[in-house]
Amino acid sequence: MAEKMTGAEIVIKALRDQGVEHIFGYPGGAVLPIYDAIFQQDELEHILVRHEQGATHMAEGYARSTGKVGVVLVTSGPGATNAVTGLTDALLDSIPMVCLTGQVPTPLIGSDAFQECDTVGITRNCTKHNYLVKNIEDLAQTIHEAFYIAQSGRPGPVVIDIPKDVQFALGTYYKPTSQTDHQSYRPQMEGDLESITEAVELMLKAKRPVFYTGGGVINAGPKASELLRELVELTGFPVTSTLMGLGAFPATDEKWLGMLGMHGTYEANLAMHDCDLMINIGARFDDRITGRIDAFSPNSTKIHVDIDPSSINKNVVVELPIVGDCEQVLEEMVRIWRTKSNAPRSEEIAPWLRKIDEWKSVDCLRYESSREAIKPQFAIERLAEAVKDRDVYITTEVGQHQMWAAQYFPFNQPNRFMTSGGLGTMGYGLPAAVGVQVAHRDALVIDIAGEASVQMTMQEFSTAVQFRLPIKVFILNNEYMGMVRQWQELLHGSRYSQSYSESIPDFVKLAEALGGKGIRVDDPNKLDEAIAQMLDFEGPVLFDCRVTKQENCLPMIPSGKAHNEMILPDTADIGNIIDEKGKSLV
Amino acid sequence: MNPHLRASGSAYFLTTDTSKIERHTLSVLVDNEPGILARIAGLFSARGFNIDSLTVSETEHEKGLSRITVVTVASPKVLSQIKLQLERLIPVHKVHDLTAEGKALERELALVKVAGTGENRVETLRLAEAFRAQVVDASTESFVFEITGKPGKIEQFIALMVPLGLVEVVRTGLVAISRGPEGM
Repeated sequence: MAEKMTGAEIVIKALRDQGVEHIFGYPGGAVLPIYDAIFQQDELEHILVRHEQGATHMAEGYARSTGKVGVVLVTSGPGATNAVTGLTDALLDSIPMVCLTGQVPTPLIGSDAFQECDTVGITRNCTKHNYLVKNIEDLAQTIHEAFYIAQSGRPGPVVIDIPKDVQFALGTYYKPTSQTDHQSYRPQMEGDLESITEAVELMLKAKRPVFYTGGGVINAGPKASELLRELVELTGFPVTSTLMGLGAFPATDEKWLGMLGMHGTYEANLAMHDCDLMINIGARFDDRITGRIDAFSPNSTKIHVDIDPSSINKNVVVELPIVGDCEQVLEEMVRIWRTKSNAPRSEEIAPWLRKIDEWKSVDCLRYESSREAIKPQFAIERLAEAVKDRDVYITTEVGQHQMWAAQYFPFNQPNRFMTSGGLGTMGYGLPAAVGVQVAHRDALVIDIAGEASVQMTMQEFSTAVQFRLPIKVFILNNEYMGMVRQWQELLHGSRYSQSYSESIPDFVKLAEALGGKGIRVDDPNKLDEAIAQMLDFEGPVLFDCRVTKQENCLPMIPSGKAHNEMILPDTADIGNIIDEKGKSLV
Repeated sequence: MNPHLRASGSAYFLTTDTSKIERHTLSVLVDNEPGILARIAGLFSARGFNIDSLTVSETEHEKGLSRITVVTVASPKVLSQIKLQLERLIPVHKVHDLTAEGKALERELALVKVAGTGENRVETLRLAEAFRAQVVDASTESFVFEITGKPGKIEQFIALMVPLGLVEVVRTGLVAISRGPEGM
């Protein structure tokens, strides 16, 4: 006999049965019954945020660092609309999330009631799926299905809108059941064996191969990263990765080319351009990666492994598509490779590796060091040095500091780098760090931030203080929206329209006002000591690192150019790279 | 350097799709649930796909399934995206490109109101008979015709009615089904 309970109790029970331990949320009129149910139990820990956008990014950080579903609970109306940015962010970066939103009672829906908005309408295009639960008998199964949809196939955010009367109503609780027989949703997990075999055949013939890996490898779970390492070892092929895929392959390995794309390394981008075989595993040919599509890797055969069939041939037409889960496909690739070859192709691809070494020797990440001022790249290098023996999780905001983090901080394990890739959401990093710290209480969690981005969700520092989450916010403060300024230098005659950060708060006093610690440093000779001080402090820290103001993030593929037309660090004047005709097209 | 490279200076890389545009009829089997039409229509508008015609109605009541017929105009690459993006939607069971799968049967229904007197009325009725349009309403000054057929036939009929006193037309949009014994 199934148990009868209220809708609010069903929500809590369903979350528990889905293995949820933490939820990020903010109460309000339309979710009060659920908050009442939260009050009467102690299995689920609720993290009270300061703004609903913060809750969604926390859930993203939590999900990305654990592989579990991040759960958000917000009220109707403004609660739901504030969550939209984080939902869209999770959709673009394929992060599993379930967001429960309160709704006005069913009889009032459509009446423009207080704090009413059309949540399912608003979130339809920024979620993987969404539901409005009008019948209490559907509630438990809807929640279970939502969790299945959020984390299976290509992961993504799912919204469940629950009217207040449904939260009060008595209904039946149904336990989770296997969802794999879902009527219409059946993600394809297993790649076609014939295609995988063909892929291995191509790999056995390649003279200039490159692995191009993405977030899909990380989403597929830690085993996929291990298999990738094994396959690289077996084949001897070089590897590059997108921003979202960093950490799946160790940055310390000699086969590692660094990140590719707009701010990727010279060697990674030239390898992509000149390769004869590109093996894309779990990446989606995003426009920040490809540069000009019509000049993208013109002479290569392309293999594309992706769990989402709609990613295939969307931006770049490939010769050999394989729809499937990265872990499963990698496992098959490793197995089939072993049946056909027992040695890496080091000899056959030796000229290619020599070529890559030549490109590496360009040293595209070099920068002019300074004794007077802190260079942002230097700050990240020193930070990386200081934490190299620690279990460290890095989040970032969006902008120059994000790219510098990707370039100068070595990631050696998956699930250690949380960043907003697809949507490029400034303000992601601080709340994401809070979410990561909730999941990993004893780990070191650092948000590498910019002074402009961090002000977008600054208030969540207070959440960190409340829940004793000792996040470190490492702000590269150059007093500019650095990436905007760089683009203005590049394309708009250095007219820095609205990109100077006026009235920056005193971050040290701000940290203290919020109940944390503030540290400021502007002398490169005192940087190491200040970083040590930050790491030693047991609570949350705002670290105001004053860096050189107009540093450009290089190398860079300028807009509209191909991989082999990068701007390298010696280019003094980036303002003259794009001609007048080109500038008018922006 | 690649000779066809041009600096565009845009933050985005724009290329023009010069491939041929085709008209295709898609049949989409979906769960008949609230908001399903908004999901389908929203996908087309969000991704910039065209809808020439769209019809939706429940077809298998006991399974709660509806059949949506969409006519779209796109390049082959975009057509493949339309199909794949539709399949990504959770309540979508199947998507069939009826045009690609062979000659499908395509029909549309229209109600055509024509007002007139004297010789025009006689001519109107004569033409309606030739097009096998049924009179479903009549007054001393008007007829309403029901006509079914391929869109081309309906358009032709409507064009002929214009000089005879066409008042207004409603059309169902296209429904289509594949030929032969196989179902979707």
